[in-house]
Amino acid sequence: MSDIRQAREALTSRILEGDGKASPSERRAAFNNNGLAGAPGALGDKIAKHAYRVTDQDITAARTSGLSEDQVFEIVVCAAIGQASRQYVTALAALDAAAAAGKE
Amino acid sequence: MRLAILDSGHSFGTKVLFALIRTALRQPVLDVIKLVKYRADFYGDPMGQVTQEAMRGSSAWSIGDRELMAAFVAKTNQCEFCTKAHTAVAQSAYGDGKSVSALLSDLDTGAIEEPLRATLLMLGKLTREHTVNADDMRAVFAAGASRQQIEDALAVCFSFNVIGRLADTFGFSVPGPEAFEAGAKYLLARGYR
Repeated sequence: MSDIRQAREALTSRILEGDGKASPSERRAAFNNNGLAGAPGALGDKIAKHAYRVTDQDITAARTSGLSEDQVFEIVVCAAIGQASRQYVTALAALDAAAAAGKE
Repeated sequence: MRLAILDSGHSFGTKVLFALIRTALRQPVLDVIKLVKYRADFYGDPMGQVTQEAMRGSSAWSIGDRELMAAFVAKTNQCEFCTKAHTAVAQSAYGDGKSVSALLSDLDTGAIEEPLRATLLMLGKLTREHTVNADDMRAVFAAGASRQQIEDALAVCFSFNVIGRLADTFGFSVPGPEAFEAGAKYLLARGYR
């Protein structure tokens, strides 16, 4: 059986709490898709909901708002991992509920 | 790519590695490689640990099954790069016995086992709607998948919901089939680390 839980926790801890060019609060806001204002917030929301619609202009707008390329890189990574994490945690809870009901 | 640092911001050693790859494979370096090698301690290395475990760790699902899941998640997310990349890997892993493209186009009537079909349908809903419920999981159990198989499939789903978002946001260029064939050979021989 494969088990990504430990590796996923290490990944999340690295991107949110380790060294970075964006502040920890910006990275966490991008991860949570909550609390990032302006163009970076709009970009993060688009990544979470429908990343295939992201355009050159979305990246340019995030840069124009004052973020460096490295900061955009980190914000994008955090937004993508945040959304995939919410899906994963939700699905594991549904799996637990189904398995528990099956034992009753 | 939409960020210049991902095209040309790598260390000297990494640039030498890219030159070697271009020479050995006679193919351009795929944008996904450029991404995971840029400040690898931030994203590429820790994410590689997750994806390696999900895709190559021990599982009741075959490598071909997990690559099919990756391609299916990518297709659901409308990520052209990842769909083509992992269709090529799944096809290579399965051999000529089944057509991965045909399966992705018509999951309902394609020739796959019921546990895998039900699992793919659940992953599709999770990816599309960002949520699933206990009834969705019961349907997968009813089709014959074990709890561990579902957990393993969710791990694949996690990895490719990350990677597809990054491919589309950073604007990965989509090369021709030869580059994806070379990438598939590499991923089957060496894995994701």
